[in-house]
Amino acid sequence: MSAAAAARDAGPAPDARSAPERPAPDAAVNRVRAVRARGRRRCATVAAVLVVLVVALVVVTLTLGPFKVALVDVVRILGGEQIPGATFIVMEQRLPRLLVALGVGAAFGASGTIIQTLVRNPLASPDVIGITAGASAAAVLGMTVGGLGAVAVAPVAFGGALVTAAGIYVLARRGTISGYRFVLVGVGVAAVLNAVTAWGLTRAEVTEASRALVWITGSLSRASWDQVPVLWAALAVLLPLAALAALRLRALELGDDAAAGLGARVEPAKAGLLVVAVALAAVATAAAGPVAFVAFLSGPLARRLTGGGVSLGASALTGACLVLAADLVATSLLPTALPVGVVTGVLGAPVLLWLLARANRSGEGG
Amino acid sequence: MTTTAPAAAAPGRVRPLRRAPALAAGLVVGLVLLAVLAVVSVGVGARQVAPLDAWHALTAFDPTSFDHAAVRSRVPRTAVALVVGAALGLAGTLMQGLTRNPLGDPGILGINAGASAAVVLGIFVARVSDPRGYVWFAFVGAAAAAVVVHLVASAGREGATPVKLALAGACVAAALTSLVTAVLVTRTDALDTFRFWQVGSVGGRDLSQVAELAPFLVVGAVLALASGRMLDAAALGEDVARGLGQHVGRARAIVGVAVVLLCGAATALAGPIAFVGLVVPHVGRAITGPDHRWLLPYSALLGAALLVVSDVLGRVVAAPGQLEVGLVTAVVGAPVFVALVRRRRLAEL
Repeated sequence: MSAAAAARDAGPAPDARSAPERPAPDAAVNRVRAVRARGRRRCATVAAVLVVLVVALVVVTLTLGPFKVALVDVVRILGGEQIPGATFIVMEQRLPRLLVALGVGAAFGASGTIIQTLVRNPLASPDVIGITAGASAAAVLGMTVGGLGAVAVAPVAFGGALVTAAGIYVLARRGTISGYRFVLVGVGVAAVLNAVTAWGLTRAEVTEASRALVWITGSLSRASWDQVPVLWAALAVLLPLAALAALRLRALELGDDAAAGLGARVEPAKAGLLVVAVALAAVATAAAGPVAFVAFLSGPLARRLTGGGVSLGASALTGACLVLAADLVATSLLPTALPVGVVTGVLGAPVLLWLLARANRSGEGG
Repeated sequence: MTTTAPAAAAPGRVRPLRRAPALAAGLVVGLVLLAVLAVVSVGVGARQVAPLDAWHALTAFDPTSFDHAAVRSRVPRTAVALVVGAALGLAGTLMQGLTRNPLGDPGILGINAGASAAVVLGIFVARVSDPRGYVWFAFVGAAAAAVVVHLVASAGREGATPVKLALAGACVAAALTSLVTAVLVTRTDALDTFRFWQVGSVGGRDLSQVAELAPFLVVGAVLALASGRMLDAAALGEDVARGLGQHVGRARAIVGVAVVLLCGAATALAGPIAFVGLVVPHVGRAITGPDHRWLLPYSALLGAALLVVSDVLGRVVAAPGQLEVGLVTAVVGAPVFVALVRRRRLAEL
């Protein structure tokens, strides 16, 4: 919101300069103001709608499923009442899963948007440029070669994502973080890590390999109360940091030179944003695995909803909606329960290709 | 490349006459070295055999010798490595030449992913468990992915730039991978067949599989080796090529068919192997210069050598076990990719 405020401060300058030639400067300024106000109102409306959607999905997730629980009962259970059977289902199964899904979706959404905006390419999300591939490779090696369980492997995956991101950063760095070099180095690193993952999958019994595959698809089935505090504590630190750093995103969106001209300290701002975005992606991946395409899709979807402009909040909410909705589809609508990442992957793949073709046609893709 | 090409083209009229004997001699020496590599390759492994003994095992086989039996057992994998490496080297050169893209590689451009996805469909839907059945799926998948990646990347004003092609390839690969995973998480038996194919290996194949794919590989290789002139014309840009009397569309179709035949057959035989097609043309260009008529045979030679060496490395590094060749080529090839990307300007070829 205050990014908009900063833009407002910087914005009227050209109007003021051209004011002497213009017949009715006040009218022009007023029109700009009106357009900006409309944009802000639309942002607020979209955010409100997304919040309502998240709440609706939360309610549906808590009440529906193989075992139906009435909404009244859910409220009573959350109030501390014991209802045999239902209490266990809601408190021990659905609530932790819900909280993990919310956190993971929000983290992926915010992370993807930050990196896409930073690199100024809608295709540069953590799942295309190799950050989650690093987490996957580390997790698969941990599970098949190291013999770790699906929960114990979380810190390994977290480390894998961070090390990969640092590697990509170092390899792609040449003076400044250039968008395309960053993306292409990421693509190359991802190719290597995918080879490592494929190799790791051959190193164990097929049941182990199958478990590892579910992990690298992204699954909420191992969500438990143990995960919730870690995930949400990390988010409580990272999301405000991201919001703070995102104040610079508006300026960076204009390109490095323009941003520097507007007074942004480009390199520190970029590095800070990158660290926050990678940490968000790593935390989310450690909790649920790399849920395919959530990071990729949240930003562009949110941007379409808000009609341009980066909105971290809208992206995080979109991410949460995507994961909740996909999990609902995966657990309730399909004949056999599938990992959530399968649903986001299968539904996201066509959208990905469509976005790619559109980005290329409009000249943003490269 | 765009800046150096005119400078290289001027003496190019004279140079082929002077350099042709040297390059031809280089090819012969390369073939001899490749034969030596192949003999070393059949000797290396859990049971080490000296190259001379390995040679005897091939020429005068003694059925009572364990060494000779070990050597014989390594013949198919060496043959597969030679054939697949040559095919991937040629395919990489064709892709880089046709798209004038230094990042051309069946792995980077998503063609392997297309073949993978089709093979999974084959295992899952058509219940093919025999690798012989994979090949048609691999062809169709490779072709479909190649077309999709090219269509998506060439949308827009500036056509298919290297960056757009690489991104389109990465995105298509990501999309296909998630479809593949959707199948594999529900089917443990499909996963068990698929994972050993997916890793990219030349082990565990027999010569009859090579023989079955040989027609595709031969046709692909002949088309590839014959397309040197077309690629040289393509290097000058579409308009100039047309002005020189090229049928640009026909040239693209021929090269495209050759790429799909070579990549599809190589992938069906050994699984998806990345970075061979990327690295080989760059090394080859350093030797031969930009003339595709020489670059193509050198690429076949270098590709075969790279894959045999990678396979041997995989057996030496992890002895007495082995690292699959797909992993070795990824680790060897990735630094080359990163170095290319780090060039100041990612010039088109």
